[in-house]
Amino acid sequence: MLKLYDTEVQSRLLLGTARYPSPAILAEAVRRSKTEIVTVSLRRETSGGKSGGVFFELIRDLGVRVLPNTAGCHSVKEAVLTARMARDVFRTDWIKLEVIGHHDTLQPDVFGLVEAARILTGEGFQVFPYTTDDLVVAERLLEAGCRVLMPWCAPIGSAMGPVNPSALRSFRAHFPDVPLIVDAGIGRPSHAADVMERGYDAVLLNTAVAGAGDPPAMAEAFALAIAAGRLAHQAVPLEPRDMAVPSTPVIGKAVFS
Amino acid sequence: MTLIINGEAQDVAAATLADLLLALDYEGDWLATAVNGELVHREDRAAFPLGAHDRIEILSPMQGG
Repeated sequence: MLKLYDTEVQSRLLLGTARYPSPAILAEAVRRSKTEIVTVSLRRETSGGKSGGVFFELIRDLGVRVLPNTAGCHSVKEAVLTARMARDVFRTDWIKLEVIGHHDTLQPDVFGLVEAARILTGEGFQVFPYTTDDLVVAERLLEAGCRVLMPWCAPIGSAMGPVNPSALRSFRAHFPDVPLIVDAGIGRPSHAADVMERGYDAVLLNTAVAGAGDPPAMAEAFALAIAAGRLAHQAVPLEPRDMAVPSTPVIGKAVFS
Repeated sequence: MTLIINGEAQDVAAATLADLLLALDYEGDWLATAVNGELVHREDRAAFPLGAHDRIEILSPMQGG
């Protein structure tokens, strides 16, 4: 069981809802992933348009929890206002807080992130900050009232997988009691298994599933990999060694000379 | 009265934010609104007066990662 603020969930996969070939494929991917939490966003609605309503109904019908995001916000002011508007629509205190600092890498503006997190936690939000693997920033986010951290393992949508395993290891070691969700950069189920084996609590995915040739099948593959990685972590994997160690005992070996 | 609605200037006759949504055929409990950078809760729209050149944002749910 994974506890995120005051909510307990079984699934350790959080799934984004963007870039699927169709709403039906999105819905099937959510079902096969067995996720309990999906991320959503807010955008300008056109006059008389009902597209938001159609999507809202689709998500409601899936019966999962909603984690609204502040994607695309490049300032504290934008992110805070978007969070407030999201709470008004989705009726949840949860917010995936993104304050983007760089257009090409979509790297978080960690200074703005901490500032926005402090404002929002002060208003009763339960903030899920999309951050880097920087330990000092993470400390500041915890001081600002965050009780979950979501470090990237590579740039959003890059599908590169963990590009800095050493930093991920340090991050986990420094925050043993904080729920840590790897958000962004995962490309394949093996990447997800890798970070779960390292002791991360959950994985947030979007493009790796939505952009796959068969998104529902890939959603299920990720669910299996995440469960396997979690189980492997609990089973305590061997650490790599520099020298060979024979697996077959040599005692009692026949001597033929 | 000229209002800036989702970034575009429009001439609309609307005394309140609720009037504006009605005039432009916005409806549904999934809409979020802000005026001049401040959230206006759905229950406050009927009593929220609009003035010329107010900047109004009308947002709705969409796919997100």
